[in-house]
Amino acid sequence: MDSVQALTLLGLGAVTLLTRCFFFILNRELPFPAWAQRGLQYAPIAALAAVVVPEVMVSQGALITTWQDARLYGAAAGVVYYLSRRGQGQAVLGTIVVGMAVYLPLHMGWGW
Amino acid sequence: MFFDPANFRHRAFREGMADTLKVSPGIWAWGLMTGVAMVQAGLGTEVSVWMTLLVYGGSAQLAATPLLAVGAPVWVVLATAFCVNLRFAVFSLHLRGYLMAWPRWQRMSIGYLVADLNYVQFVQRHPHPAPDPAGQRAEMAYLCGNSLLAWFGWQVTSLAGIFLASQVPMEWGLGFAGVLALVGILCSLTQTRLRAVSLVVSSAAAVAAFAMPLRLNILVAIAAAVTVCLVVEQTAWGKKAAA
Repeated sequence: MDSVQALTLLGLGAVTLLTRCFFFILNRELPFPAWAQRGLQYAPIAALAAVVVPEVMVSQGALITTWQDARLYGAAAGVVYYLSRRGQGQAVLGTIVVGMAVYLPLHMGWGW
Repeated sequence: MFFDPANFRHRAFREGMADTLKVSPGIWAWGLMTGVAMVQAGLGTEVSVWMTLLVYGGSAQLAATPLLAVGAPVWVVLATAFCVNLRFAVFSLHLRGYLMAWPRWQRMSIGYLVADLNYVQFVQRHPHPAPDPAGQRAEMAYLCGNSLLAWFGWQVTSLAGIFLASQVPMEWGLGFAGVLALVGILCSLTQTRLRAVSLVVSSAAAVAAFAMPLRLNILVAIAAAVTVCLVVEQTAWGKKAAA
């Protein structure tokens, strides 16, 4: 590892620390309007959806145009399982297991 | 912190660990594939190990990996990681309400470890910041247990992926388990109709803006979804749907 790489890695670690702590590093109270506070309750789901949905529906930089994609059926199976359990007990764990049980055969067997 | 008995002996510490356990297969598969992906992109074992230990963020690591592999300028690598991580700044604004009762070094040590799943599970378990010290202790203990177990699982499987990289083909698609863990969390977050609106708007915007550089589509999607929800909230239907 050369010194530029070492510097970059340290910088990347600092980026993690800075972004994850961004608004609570300073002790000073931040003026924060009420509408923004209300908006916060919609932000987490929006952020996760923006990360996840392209992972399922985008291929080579664009919305997929085929139904022969194992990710669609894996994700759909996971959602159906979660809803059938109404989120009780180990529903998230089941979502992963059921989703992979559908995804892996389609992906590795059929090559979707 | 983690070595403080007031945290690790607290009941909430075990609650936090139990919640992490529910999503752990996804974290493990994702960690493993991130380790494999870094080595297979040509980073080398040493850089990959330090990247995992220092950066601790799957999406930022995966975004920075190809840039590091081709020797892109340092500032480009850092700017990319910063943009991918900007959603954490949104989370930190929310967490501020919970953490300001603690000294800065404690806020920042726990803050460094709070990744997507930890944040989501935490605010779901504690929808409102506790006003009293006992409640604040329970919140801190939960965060410690939840994030520490996730960190440990991620690091062990990432290191395994780095050292087993030649044995685990990327084509197997094991990384999809990480996506499924997030899908399950998304389902659990969709508790009101307005949150469902946020989900749909954000998904559509993220796909439509996917061509933007530095994964800025994520920020565009958050901004669009929050704006739409705040507007819809003011309508008669929105007042019902927010509950």
